[in-house]
Amino acid sequence: MENESLWYIFINASLISNFVLAYFLGICPFLGVSGKLDTATKMGGAVTFVMLISSMCAYGINALLIAINAPFLQLISYIVVIASTVQLVEMFVKKMSPALFRALGIFLPLITTNCAILGLALFQTNKGYGFIESLVYALGAGIGFTLALVLMAGIRQRLDFADSPKVVKGTVITLLIAGILSLSFMGFSGLGG
Amino acid sequence: MSQLVKDPKEKSFFTTLAESPSTNEFIKGIWKDNPVFVQVLGMCPVLAVTNTAENALAMGFATTFVLVMSNILVSLLRNVIPKEVRIASYILIIATFVTITDYAIQAISVDLHKSLGAFISLIVVNCLILSRAEAFASKNTFIPSVLDALGMGLGFVLALFSLGALRELLGNGSLFGMSIFSDNFQEWIVMILPAGGFFTLALWLLLFNILKERRSHGK
Repeated sequence: MENESLWYIFINASLISNFVLAYFLGICPFLGVSGKLDTATKMGGAVTFVMLISSMCAYGINALLIAINAPFLQLISYIVVIASTVQLVEMFVKKMSPALFRALGIFLPLITTNCAILGLALFQTNKGYGFIESLVYALGAGIGFTLALVLMAGIRQRLDFADSPKVVKGTVITLLIAGILSLSFMGFSGLGG
Repeated sequence: MSQLVKDPKEKSFFTTLAESPSTNEFIKGIWKDNPVFVQVLGMCPVLAVTNTAENALAMGFATTFVLVMSNILVSLLRNVIPKEVRIASYILIIATFVTITDYAIQAISVDLHKSLGAFISLIVVNCLILSRAEAFASKNTFIPSVLDALGMGLGFVLALFSLGALRELLGNGSLFGMSIFSDNFQEWIVMILPAGGFFTLALWLLLFNILKERRSHGK
């Protein structure tokens, strides 16, 4: 895994193994926040930001845990770091831009339980990525998440005007569309070499 | 004295059992408030590891174990944990049990550990467990919390199994690794791909919606 180019890592995280559509990470916000294009974009941005920070922290923590020979603390320390990062971001956003804070609302604290972020930290550790590779991986994953969310939101906004049967409204039709999106993202496999 | 006389209206043992509140805590998770099909919680593992029936069952039981243990601990500690830091404490409790489960599965079967991969660790962020800790165990005593966790866990196992079995059957033509159909069976490759997970879950939810619709029409 040492010789993966940065470009490949980026393309792999964002398109080929898209976190939402291939790994099923972050399905909850994907189903919950994808109703409106506007919120979806902002949510994607916030998640990407938290991903970048927690990826950096996870890299440091992992090195530390290996140094003190306590890998069983990995999961607990990752989740604590992610929770505190989200808290920090929340305070930062509240101070710097109250308007954005109001727009994101409840979804900001909910990023903590977004499995995409913990998944990212675990995957980068399992793959043995270095610092720069981890950052690129996090950026790719964040952009991939945003892309999936925005695509879904766009489709769902159009769907509001469609005359779909009552029984498939809501989650069922969203899942069906997600399946079709997932199929189409498979077309990216082999890209980036 | 009146208790000795057999009252014709007296409920049978099973009706009493079915109507007692503790059974209700147990049953509601399996059917009425099924975590996956009704509450749509904990979607990530539901979709990710249900490509075979075996993986689905293993994941379901691992989650149930964590759910029961964390519900026990949360219900016992509910008066000790300060309100302000309760969510953080719950997550720490859950993370501890997930670490235990992770190492236990690795000890039992390395193959299984490999095929479930990072998703065992990701039980930590399963919204189902946190939501039961917050919505139920933090407000109830020991026994109801255990029953609630068992019911919810069983409902989760059932849901995972119904997805995993269907996907393995159609995608691989097998069940628990045993071939079911004749050699002429053309596998539906799409069912074991990620997309198949979305489609299968959509179909099960559709079935539940149709049943609900029928029932409300019947009334």
